Amino acid sequence: MDPGKFLSHFDYGKVVEERPNGTSVREYELIAEDKEILVAPGVYYPAWVFNGTVPGPTLRCREGDLLRVTFRNASKHDHTIHFHGIHPANMDGVYEIVPTGGSYTYEYVAEPFGLFLYHCHVMPLRKHISKGLYGAFIVDPPEPREAAREMVMVMNGFDVDFDGENEFYTVNGVANYYLQPGREVKLKTGELVRVYLANLTEFDLINSFHIHANVFRLYRTGTRLDQYEVTDTVMLCQGERSVLEFSYKYPGKYLFHAHQSEFAELGWSGIFEVSAHG
Amino acid sequence: MDEPQGPDSAKGAQAASMTSPSLPGKVARVLLPLAALGVMVWFILARGASLSPVQAPPIEELTFERVVFRTNPSEIIATVRNTGPLPLTVGQVEISEAIWDYSITPSPTIPRLGRAVVSVAYPWVEGEPHGVTLITSTGFKFSHEVVVALETPEINTTYMLFFTGIGIYVGVIPVFLGLLWFPFLRSLGRTWLDALLAFTMGLLVFLGVDALHEALEIGERVAGVFQPVALVVLGTAGSFLLLVAIDRHFRKSGPASASSEGLVLSYLIATGIGLHNLGEGLAIGAAYTLGEMAMGSFLVLGFTIHNTTEGLAIVAPIARGGAKLKHLALMGLIAGVPTIAGAWIGGFTYSDLWSLLFLAVGAGAVFQVVYALGRILLGKLHETGGLSFPSLAGLAGGFAIMYLTALLVAS
Ligand SMILES: [Cu+2]
Repeated sequence: MDPGKFLSHFDYGKVVEERPNGTSVREYELIAEDKEILVAPGVYYPAWVFNGTVPGPTLRCREGDLLRVTFRNASKHDHTIHFHGIHPANMDGVYEIVPTGGSYTYEYVAEPFGLFLYHCHVMPLRKHISKGLYGAFIVDPPEPREAAREMVMVMNGFDVDFDGENEFYTVNGVANYYLQPGREVKLKTGELVRVYLANLTEFDLINSFHIHANVFRLYRTGTRLDQYEVTDTVMLCQGERSVLEFSYKYPGKYLFHAHQSEFAELGWSGIFEVSAHG
Repeated sequence: MDEPQGPDSAKGAQAASMTSPSLPGKVARVLLPLAALGVMVWFILARGASLSPVQAPPIEELTFERVVFRTNPSEIIATVRNTGPLPLTVGQVEISEAIWDYSITPSPTIPRLGRAVVSVAYPWVEGEPHGVTLITSTGFKFSHEVVVALETPEINTTYMLFFTGIGIYVGVIPVFLGLLWFPFLRSLGRTWLDALLAFTMGLLVFLGVDALHEALEIGERVAGVFQPVALVVLGTAGSFLLLVAIDRHFRKSGPASASSEGLVLSYLIATGIGLHNLGEGLAIGAAYTLGEMAMGSFLVLGFTIHNTTEGLAIVAPIARGGAKLKHLALMGLIAGVPTIAGAWIGGFTYSDLWSLLFLAVGAGAVFQVVYALGRILLGKLHETGGLSFPSLAGLAGGFAIMYLTALLVAS
């Protein structure tokens, strides 16, 4: 899946049961593989992937849903899935290592609501994360958020020469993807935009997000609906997340990028192309 | 002004006692300096660092000799040597900047010049770089970077056959191919045979210089305590002098006919080239182990072409006198078979120190042959009043052809 489709693709799993209290039982499948992926125009990287992409699919459910995530390991190395959020110890994906050819089912009730992560937690951790085994995990509040144009942006980096430093920085896996003509993120004036922003950059301590000619409401980790700050730049530590809401007043092309200029010029830049609502 | 007699007569007495001491006297004179040295050593060891006005912390030094990658289960095994002045103790092991559990044998405390083997159960990733870092109890840090991790060949039939095959391909077959020129050489006239000897000389000068260069390059990785440059000189000079002595012995004791002299020379060339090919085998085996065999077939092709000219060098001295087939076969084996041994050693137990020694000894052997050929060619100077143009061209040609064929294997 290219970053264009990835942006607004949410994996709600297969609903196998609707329960009387309004929650559901959802089944997901994640398969780990070794796969060469495109990380920048003309550059390939021997990644470890969940369901064929880096980042892996954005898993989504509602608070209180019972999740059944079946993990199959088709990679040459040991892996697990470690979810953020509240769950029992044996669902934490640290000690139950899944060898090549093995599988494990993570089953637990999703709580609390907010924007979380999942990633492999096998040692050496730096290797297993930098190789690409991660994704965003959205738990919606019981009462849905206001309707909006929703998108996920997973910030990451790729160390293509394995020297412990990233050569490329991306959102959703390909350097400068949303910067290229025809691939800009299309918006309308006045339209409410909600970005689920996660930082899965390895090696660098932090990453950041900045939008031009606008400000956004910043809901840290997305775990509260009533507490936010208003800003135009947010810094996230490795593994940190935030939910951002904004809308554009004027039509035109607006950059969004990391406010570390180095990252911005190594692939972490994109364009919102805003057309007049009509 | 007035010189007393005393000093003179005392000098005389001293000189006399110097010339004819008794046996116990001799022994005492040998032992006295040794006893004094013993006292000195005891004093320094007893006083230790307090000899210095400043109490400097000890400088530790650790050298990585070999890093091996195993699968099922995944493991990284590093062999290290304490090349510092004092014993040291390994406290922690990091792989690619992360602390890992490890085992170390025989002991985490490594005596001066002692060795230890560190094993880490680590899920290494094929084809990617891995850094191995040892941190000692006093906080010194020693690292070794493996650029491309590949499973290290274990001694088993498959790899034995593989390395033997490569050795035959690269060392034995090409040398014999070169020997096939023998009938052609026999039909050449004297001037051209001289030119051929000169060609052989040029070729060997190249091989010798190349081996020395290689040995010194490896020396840069060898711990200073082993004095790599001195070892290269020792190996080269030692083998050179030994072979000169052997050559002399044969020429003195044997019948001094031109053909037997040529035969001895041919055997010496074969020996020199054999030692050189041992070094080549080491390089190939080690390249495989170090994961540099990606250019494998190109490397094998280059060595094959390069080594065919070596067969030519061996038979040049006997072209005029002729030789029995069994001699030719034996020379071919002496020159070619060491490649197989080299590939085994390089592939299974590569060590910089041994490679350096093999290369240095090979260089000495090659230079001895250059020396012997030089004597023959220079002998002709008296007869003809100078090297003929074909001989000069041959000398240059030998060097040039080695240079060109070596381009195929240069990295
Ligand atoms: Cu993993």
